[in-house]
Amino acid sequence: MTQATVSAGDTSWVLVSSALVLLMTVGLAFFYGGLVRPKNALNTMMMSVVALGVIGVQWMLFGYSIAFAPGNALLGGFSWFGLSNVGLDPNPMYSATIPIQAHAMFQGMFAIITPALISGAIVERMRFRGYVVFLVLWATLIYDPLAHWVWGSGGWLLKRGALDFAGGTVVHISAGVSALVAAWFLGPRRDYRRVPIAPHNVPLVLLGAGLLWFGWFGFNAGSALAANGLAALAFVNTNTAAAAALVTWAALDLTRTGKITAVGAATGLVVGLVGITPAAGYVTPMAGLLIGVLAAGISYTAIQIRSRTKLDDALDVFSCHGIAGVTGALLTGVFATKLMNPAGGDGLLAGNAAQIGVQLLAVVTTVAFAGLGTLGILSLVQVTIGARADLPDETAGLDLSQHGEEAYLGTDLGSLAGPGGALGGSVVVESFVVEPTAAPEPAV
Amino acid sequence: MKLITTIVRPDRVPEVKAALFRAGITGITLSRVSGHGGEHERFEQYRGTGLVMEFHEKVKIEMVCSEPFVEPCVKAILSAARTGEVGDGKIFIQPIERVIRIRTGEVDNAALTAVNADAVQRAAINAAGMGGVA
Repeated sequence: MTQATVSAGDTSWVLVSSALVLLMTVGLAFFYGGLVRPKNALNTMMMSVVALGVIGVQWMLFGYSIAFAPGNALLGGFSWFGLSNVGLDPNPMYSATIPIQAHAMFQGMFAIITPALISGAIVERMRFRGYVVFLVLWATLIYDPLAHWVWGSGGWLLKRGALDFAGGTVVHISAGVSALVAAWFLGPRRDYRRVPIAPHNVPLVLLGAGLLWFGWFGFNAGSALAANGLAALAFVNTNTAAAAALVTWAALDLTRTGKITAVGAATGLVVGLVGITPAAGYVTPMAGLLIGVLAAGISYTAIQIRSRTKLDDALDVFSCHGIAGVTGALLTGVFATKLMNPAGGDGLLAGNAAQIGVQLLAVVTTVAFAGLGTLGILSLVQVTIGARADLPDETAGLDLSQHGEEAYLGTDLGSLAGPGGALGGSVVVESFVVEPTAAPEPAV
Repeated sequence: MKLITTIVRPDRVPEVKAALFRAGITGITLSRVSGHGGEHERFEQYRGTGLVMEFHEKVKIEMVCSEPFVEPCVKAILSAARTGEVGDGKIFIQPIERVIRIRTGEVDNAALTAVNADAVQRAAINAAGMGGVA
């Protein structure tokens, strides 16, 4: 295999898509950051941003190798440690037209955002150090094997014919289920359901949702790993489902409360994007539209039910990613058709009812593996360095207690009073310059 | 001398300010405050969470007036801040013991009249004549 077979168009699209998916993690930081209270805004955003660092390193060192190196049906192994033996030539196992390092980077961005998605369920109450350790362990022990099963060369779910175009099971179901387990394991915020907790900055939520939508074109259309018709199909389906879900969510909001909400619009579009992710390259645009509508309807209902429970999945990661992910994965088994993607598969409506069984197998396996794995990792973190923040830290806010920073300075009188530190910077008035004197009675 | 404290709707502040300036009261201090009065609670929805907002955003205006200005000040506020709906606010009037202007050391009534009071009042009256709210 020589570099002569590299396609300039395919390579540039995959590289641009990688950058787009990176932007999603930043968008996620804004999306989650706006939904929490001001005292936890930086901590919540850092839960996404820190993944760009630690998983970026983890992936390069051994994550990509575990997920994608040639291995057995369960693991890729360590033959690609440190991206050794990962050259610049294409590897036909994954794509015959792009350098394998482009594939490594593109997949790396998925590995970064997936554990960051979980953070939304456990905001405002987790020790940051414990979170970082959790992040690395989860990526290594859950994400990397799962990615190998579904996408890696020789992966057992791939061989079973499970259809997951861009990560419905690997990314969204695994993150959503892990979020549910993590929210349950850590317990609710101390003041959950005792004081009103509302988003502190809805414009940030809309900015984040916009960046997620923008980046998702790389996530889904980039998953074609080529600049071709399949990428165009995934692009169209992605936009269609997001738009349909936004409209559905707005309609449900309007019916239930009489008003269309901004947080609802942002949530709806993300749910549509989650729903279409496994199906993007396998279904017709009309099916994409239906997937958006159904994902929004089911996820909306799930959020209404969740908010009446004691389970503090703070930003509804399970409802948005787990539930919508399962919906999308199963609907892929309904709507998939080889008319759109000959390399894909046929679903129920194309006469292949068995595909739903395969999809269900992938869903159940992912739920069990990610759920139990998360429980194990969190237990380990809890008994070693501690997962749950101490009560005073949680009360003071995690920005101050975990990072020694505040998101919003300059608004209180303390900052007006200037730098502190004993009396070092204070001004001592030596004497009055002006003596108060009685003035003559004015004419007013 | 009286301290006049008034709580008004944020959206009436431009009109109240203009009316006070026209009446010659040009030294005023504003603060954003939250208060509970006779108004109904406001409901907000964030995904599955419904919130009842019991406190309403108001603006507190404080000014100290010499005696002849007290009644014009009250009239100005009443005329400009009233909408007729519950939640228009209140006016509180208290006696003041001493006033000292820090720059000059002048006290009491001499310390109360802003140096540019006439100019501000004239501008406010002219703006009102042209249909604006100074």
